Amino acid sequence: TPVIQALWRPRREDYLRPGADTTAIMPAVSKGDGMRGLAVFISDIRNCKSKEAEIKRINKELANIRSKFKGDKALDGYSKKKYVCKLLFIFLLGHDIDFGHMEAVNLLSSNKYTEKQIGYLFISVLVNSNSELIRLINNAIKNDLASRNPTFMCLALHCIANVGSREMGEAFAADIPRILVAGDSMDSVKQSAALCLLRLYKASPDLVPMGEWTARVVHLLNDQHMGVVTAAVSLITCLCKKNPDDFKTCISLAVSRLSRIVSSASTDLQDYTYYFVPAPWLSVKLLRLLQCYPPPEDAAVKGRLVECLETVLNKAQEPPKSKKVQHSNAKNAILFETISLIIHYDSEPNLLVRACNQLGQFLQHRETNLRYLALESMCTLASSEFSHEAVKTHIDTVINALKTERDVSVRQRAADLLYAMCDRSNAKQIVSEMLRYLETADYAIREEIVLKVAILAEKYAVDYSWYVDTILNLIRIAGDYVSEEVWYRVLQIVTNRDDVQGYAAKTVFEALQAPACHENMVKVGGYILGEFGNLIAGDPRSSPPVQFSLLHSKFHLCSVATRALLLSTYIKFINLFPETKATIQGVLRAGSQLRNADVELQQRAVEYLTLSSVASTDVLATVLEEMPPFPERESSILAKLKRKKGPGAASALDDGRRDPSSNDINGGVEPTPSTVSTPSPSADLLGLRAAPPPAAPPASAGAGNLLVDVFDGPAAQPSLGPTPEEAFLRFVCKNNGVLFENQLLQIGVKSEFRQNLGRMYLFYGNKTSVQFQNFSPTVVHPGDLQTHILSAPPALRSQVDGGAQVQQVLNIECLRDFLTPPLLSVRFRYGGAPQALTLKLPVTINKFFQPTEMAAQDFFQRWKQLSLPQQEAQKIFKANHPMDAEVTKAKLLGFGSALLDNVDPNPENFVGAGIIQTKALQVGCLLRLEPNAQAQMYRLTLRTSKESVSRHLCELLAQQF
Amino acid sequence: MIKFFLMVNKQGQTRLSKYYEHVDVNKRTLLETEVIKSCLSRSNEQCSFIEFKDFKLIYRQYAALFIVVGVNDTENEMAIYEFIHNFVEVLDEYFSRVSELDVSFFNTVFHSTQAHSSTYEIGSCSVTQAGVQRCNHGSLHPGSVGLKL
Repeated sequence: TPVIQALWRPRREDYLRPGADTTAIMPAVSKGDGMRGLAVFISDIRNCKSKEAEIKRINKELANIRSKFKGDKALDGYSKKKYVCKLLFIFLLGHDIDFGHMEAVNLLSSNKYTEKQIGYLFISVLVNSNSELIRLINNAIKNDLASRNPTFMCLALHCIANVGSREMGEAFAADIPRILVAGDSMDSVKQSAALCLLRLYKASPDLVPMGEWTARVVHLLNDQHMGVVTAAVSLITCLCKKNPDDFKTCISLAVSRLSRIVSSASTDLQDYTYYFVPAPWLSVKLLRLLQCYPPPEDAAVKGRLVECLETVLNKAQEPPKSKKVQHSNAKNAILFETISLIIHYDSEPNLLVRACNQLGQFLQHRETNLRYLALESMCTLASSEFSHEAVKTHIDTVINALKTERDVSVRQRAADLLYAMCDRSNAKQIVSEMLRYLETADYAIREEIVLKVAILAEKYAVDYSWYVDTILNLIRIAGDYVSEEVWYRVLQIVTNRDDVQGYAAKTVFEALQAPACHENMVKVGGYILGEFGNLIAGDPRSSPPVQFSLLHSKFHLCSVATRALLLSTYIKFINLFPETKATIQGVLRAGSQLRNADVELQQRAVEYLTLSSVASTDVLATVLEEMPPFPERESSILAKLKRKKGPGAASALDDGRRDPSSNDINGGVEPTPSTVSTPSPSADLLGLRAAPPPAAPPASAGAGNLLVDVFDGPAAQPSLGPTPEEAFLRFVCKNNGVLFENQLLQIGVKSEFRQNLGRMYLFYGNKTSVQFQNFSPTVVHPGDLQTHILSAPPALRSQVDGGAQVQQVLNIECLRDFLTPPLLSVRFRYGGAPQALTLKLPVTINKFFQPTEMAAQDFFQRWKQLSLPQQEAQKIFKANHPMDAEVTKAKLLGFGSALLDNVDPNPENFVGAGIIQTKALQVGCLLRLEPNAQAQMYRLTLRTSKESVSRHLCELLAQQF
Repeated sequence: MIKFFLMVNKQGQTRLSKYYEHVDVNKRTLLETEVIKSCLSRSNEQCSFIEFKDFKLIYRQYAALFIVVGVNDTENEMAIYEFIHNFVEVLDEYFSRVSELDVSFFNTVFHSTQAHSSTYEIGSCSVTQAGVQRCNHGSLHPGSVGLKL
């Protein structure tokens, strides 16, 4: 793909607006070396009054160029350049160009800069990497790289970087480091070489060989030429992330370079001074490079660096050298990066506090951008123990920002900062401000604010009545945004703390009095009154019948789930308040309950009614006893917030201080699960240091499943190669291969099937050098597929050493036909972080195919026998792969059926037959696949004696072509 | 780290797009549409940084043209913000008078002769200088249009 995608199709009105100054539109015919013909052409295009006229002009030009290129007369370099340039312009106008490539390649060997340049330009934009011209191009590049002409070398390097393809990388990646560190390379060449290498490294790191040049590249930080230094810093910052030790010497070099820049006068660096700020972007890059490492160990280096950081902070206080906004922007860019580094080190209390004060000034700056950035930076400062108190002093400004900022993104940063600076001392104030803000908050961020309030309220609750009030307020103000996690959690806490139960019952009872209350309030109210309604029953204003009729007055307005919950409340009432029994039985007995169309409601009504009439008081009391306390665990709300924000942002929400080593460099693999859909005992799966693992016994799958933490979506660790779903589909027609692979783990499969039996070998390979602990692969079979794990001694050993592979054997018996494959759930700990993934095991119904040979006559007879509409499944679909008869044949055989020749009158078509063997029954299958090469389509028809099997097979097979 | 660099006009037409991380060609159009939509929906009072999916957009508006840079989490917003301006100044100097219409053609020239990987990687001032020098080499000057940036 061309690196530059120029997709513009200009509209005439863009430059022919009524009243536009047309003299300005007329292109000035350029001076000097300019190509007059090109200028005229562009001017013609601009003057076209309609799209048609433009196309006509372009076609005329294309015909002209074509004839020139085809003509007998050899074109000189200038003409070639001109025509190639026109082609390029036409391409950028949005037209396809299908010739001229050869002429462009010819230009590469010109000795004139402008000709060569246009040649390279055309190639960078228009030639894709699999073109057959690539050999010629590479040759020209090779010549230019060896030419010792710096301008030509640069053009070649730029072309490599612009194309940046793997092929280019393979051809040149080894040469570029040599050019980069060669003593006689010109500055501009070194600069280009560094950036070219960076580009290739980013595209395919494996192609860039590390070697003795790495040591020399670090010394480019000392280079005289600032452009070389800047390019080198970019390259080193990228390379050192992989091999920090190899580049460790860059720390002291970067510090001394930074120190020289920071202390230089505002005009010392001449071209590299931007509005009186010396080399702002280079400074930022150096500061960023330093953030790849912990603070320097060498005291002298460290001293010098601290001096630099102080200088930057001091300069921020000095009067500006220019009133221009460019000056202050550049200065502030350095300042923010400096503060980032200070926060990264998190070891200099003095600097941290100064940084905080500096940001505090920005909080009231008139530039929105600065306020935004100050709030954002302060958020990370709040998590440092040294600056937490200093951040807290700005609470009023931040609250004011939350109230008055006009920009929602700034308000959101303010809310983040309030969350980060919250502790026991200011929790009540912050929570009440956030609640107030919630009433007018933008819809987009309400849910997040709700989560934050819920967490703060829980974390810093001194008395739980405040907590209950806060959550009920949340539901009242923003009921729609209160997710299940939030109201589950309040129930959990009320259940676990008996000192708040009476208060909670009283409060929800009062809240329910409101004429319109949110359904979530009904849920919480229903649950709490069902459990603890007895605690307020003494008050005649909230006597049992009053409680019941209050709840029941909401019943009809609620969704099925809430009504189901209320029915449970009612049966609990029967136990709590025997006097309500008759009324409630009446409600349950009503036709609207007993014959409710919703099966869940009907079942509850029937069962509860029977329970209340059949069971003795003792039995009722036991069955409907108060819920036992929930096991203590990390708040699932916190887990949800982390999920929402993604692991990157979580540090700001984190309780503990940032861990520099795990954040930026070498964080290793993000310890996140890929797909887990079962309740997890420790919600801290994101590997954050938020809370130590809960000491309480892990909740078993059954207990506490009210709070199911479903980890999915953004946190998923990318799997290498095909997605699990693709990998699974590949196994439909084959039995062996790699089922799953990510950076940690590879799972290979070998399997064989006979009749209704199968045996599958699973190979788990640890790709890291670290031992996996608690390694446990288990097979879950949701349907009728019985899976025995007969012998898995190696996998039972719960450790898998780094680089080792363990094997697990599954014996499989197919009892009946089935649709969903069994699932393989693998859990283990890697470097202390739990990992979990769930994959579909490649066991599909077609694995139990037994191929059946039959003559054409038999086939047609059986085909006719299976002529009921539900026995047939048909799909017409587009080919996703090239339509190759041999490949198709192999796939059909792999699928399991026999292929019958000479059955279909059309030899292009495929016909197959087989029997699916299960323990309970056999299913005969006939299939026919009709490829249509012209339309690139297939029609697949399956006939079997069982409807579900026909459909399922048809679907499985259709995905294979 | 810069992920992409876009120039889009108010009508939502992409004038230039350059990606420094692999993005499927057919996903680019969609991404660009969403990006410009979120830029257009903002007022002058709002800050120039937008949290967008798992990365950040930093944008500036020059007449009818938006320059939008997509960066990852750790990038220095202010540095990129000012870099955009510097880039525009360089363009202005390089081509004397630049219009949106010229941008795509000239930028192609500019990008390929200049800091291919990312002009930001080069650091701005060297670009200014190199740009002017290259200009003296005598490259394309097919025409330029008013509409001062």
